[in-house]
Amino acid sequence: MYGASYIYQQIFNGIVLGSIYALLALGMALVYGILGLINFAHGALITIGAFCFYFLLFKFNLPFVLAIILTISLGGFVGFLSEAIGYRKLRGGPGLSLLITSLGIYIFIENAIKLLISPQPYAFFNPPFLNRIINSFITFRVIDIFIIITTIVIMICFGLFVKRSKIGIAMRGIAESVETAGLVGINVNQVITWSFVVASAIAALTGFMWGAKYGQISYNMGFMPGVIAFVAVVIGGIGSIPGAVLGGFLIGLIQIFTVGFLPLGWSVYRDAIVFTLLIIVLLIKPMGILGRRESM
Amino acid sequence: MIKVNYSNKPNTFSGIWIPFGVGLGFLFVVLGIFNLVLDNYILHIITVIGIYIIAATSLNLTNGYTGLFSLGHTGFMLIGAYTSVLLTYKVSLRAAYNLPSLPTLLGGANYQWPFLPALLTGGVIAAIVAMIVGYPVLRLRGHYLAVASLGFMIIVTTMAKGMKSFTRGASGIQVIPHYSNLWNVYIWVAITIFVLWRILQSAPGRAMLAIRESEVSAQSQGINLMKYKLYAFVSGAFFAGIAGGLYAHFTRSIRPYEFSFSMTFFIVIMPIIGGSRNLFGPALGASLLIAMRYLLKPAEEALGVYGLVELIYAALLVSVMLWRPGGILGKESRAK
Repeated sequence: MYGASYIYQQIFNGIVLGSIYALLALGMALVYGILGLINFAHGALITIGAFCFYFLLFKFNLPFVLAIILTISLGGFVGFLSEAIGYRKLRGGPGLSLLITSLGIYIFIENAIKLLISPQPYAFFNPPFLNRIINSFITFRVIDIFIIITTIVIMICFGLFVKRSKIGIAMRGIAESVETAGLVGINVNQVITWSFVVASAIAALTGFMWGAKYGQISYNMGFMPGVIAFVAVVIGGIGSIPGAVLGGFLIGLIQIFTVGFLPLGWSVYRDAIVFTLLIIVLLIKPMGILGRRESM
Repeated sequence: MIKVNYSNKPNTFSGIWIPFGVGLGFLFVVLGIFNLVLDNYILHIITVIGIYIIAATSLNLTNGYTGLFSLGHTGFMLIGAYTSVLLTYKVSLRAAYNLPSLPTLLGGANYQWPFLPALLTGGVIAAIVAMIVGYPVLRLRGHYLAVASLGFMIIVTTMAKGMKSFTRGASGIQVIPHYSNLWNVYIWVAITIFVLWRILQSAPGRAMLAIRESEVSAQSQGINLMKYKLYAFVSGAFFAGIAGGLYAHFTRSIRPYEFSFSMTFFIVIMPIIGGSRNLFGPALGASLLIAMRYLLKPAEEALGVYGLVELIYAALLVSVMLWRPGGILGKESRAK
């Protein structure tokens, strides 16, 4: 059977992948909590972030930190644009029209990247200091630690933002009820814009993480992680941001365990297993693990 | 408003069969003229349009009329395609292409099914799968259903990739007998639209429309939600299976990933652009989008701008959602 080192290694890999899913799910849960929208376009932000970072660092040779900051800003800006162009007019309409529009926006961004950059995948090189391999009890690269620490920092900041800052409190108010929040004087449009900006900026950063971890970026890389992030939101419990994070880590671990512990032919099914789990969770515990009952 | 023809003489012979006969006759006269005057390439495009009309129209039964936004339609197309292909595949080529020969129950190793029974079997298998999958999945609403059905599509495509002994995995099946043509495709188009029209005129159809408007009020009228949702889902899946079978025997080669997300998106936006509350809306959407694809493909390849077609589709979809939410044939009202 497997040695202890192998098992810890798999758990570690699962946590790294889970961190990325958790960050994506965080943004998705934020938007879903406020608008009731599965933002398929969230996945496109991953692609945008990855390509933006790639070009800034390797084509324009910007310093690492500056490239990260610009990537995050671009992500936030695209989030702002998509909300202003696509969703604002449709808000309050039939629930599915937002979903369909977000599908349209996703396809638009995906194909814009395909058209403007390349239909071929790009190899993503890390800055050398992130590639250093540390080989002790388990083997990992600096990037893995970078991903985990960044995730923790973002989560703490995000928690403080939602709990303490004025906009964060307004977000929670809108998640409870848009009408009531408007009545008590919250600027609903502004707060919704902010939630898109925050969610998209985080998604753009995960794009860099995905590229740095897996070494390849392509125009359609964002779709699967985007959808899986929503699955994480549902599994963790709609309306609960800690639940979404938990769901993200859970899916990361499950996917890595599927590849690491099941027989070789099974790794094809790692996405299928996630969706099977989704259907099971929805049937047994429709509110998710940490979710509260939704008023329909 | 609901765009269904509420005529007062619905269930008489003349009310049903005369419109059908006239429509069918007209369709085939038009196709006959096309067949004489147009060249093979354009006839090829028209046949492709027919296959997509079947898929989009049947999808609209759930997505448009019952208000169940499903993204799993291509999963059923895949099931129909692979089932019918495995039945009609040439005996002499099976060994060379590593496909299993038919078991004795299905005719034995030296038997090759004719097209029609194989096509129908594909549709029936898709419908059976829809029944099994629908029972748990259709309890979900709105967004949950969209993601769960998308998950179903991903499960089916990965299974088609994984079950190598039946499907040859990711490399797909080639040299499929060429059975689909303009005529049998459009016979199925006529059948699909006719059956959908009859369903919408019948009591179950009215129940579906009621479910779309409000599940709570439909339930309080005594409508069994699960029964009619399944009715819509399973009939849609049957025609999806047929469309898949026709597609496979027309393009003559199928791979699991053809039936993946891009095709799903393609089929899902057809009714929305054409008008999802009109019986002919999906057909219009299908014709428009496919004609556009074939018109723009040469430009796309000449200029090397791959993705242009999808980009235009997406822009079109978002514009329709923003400025004409009912689609091209829809009424101007913005239903809440």
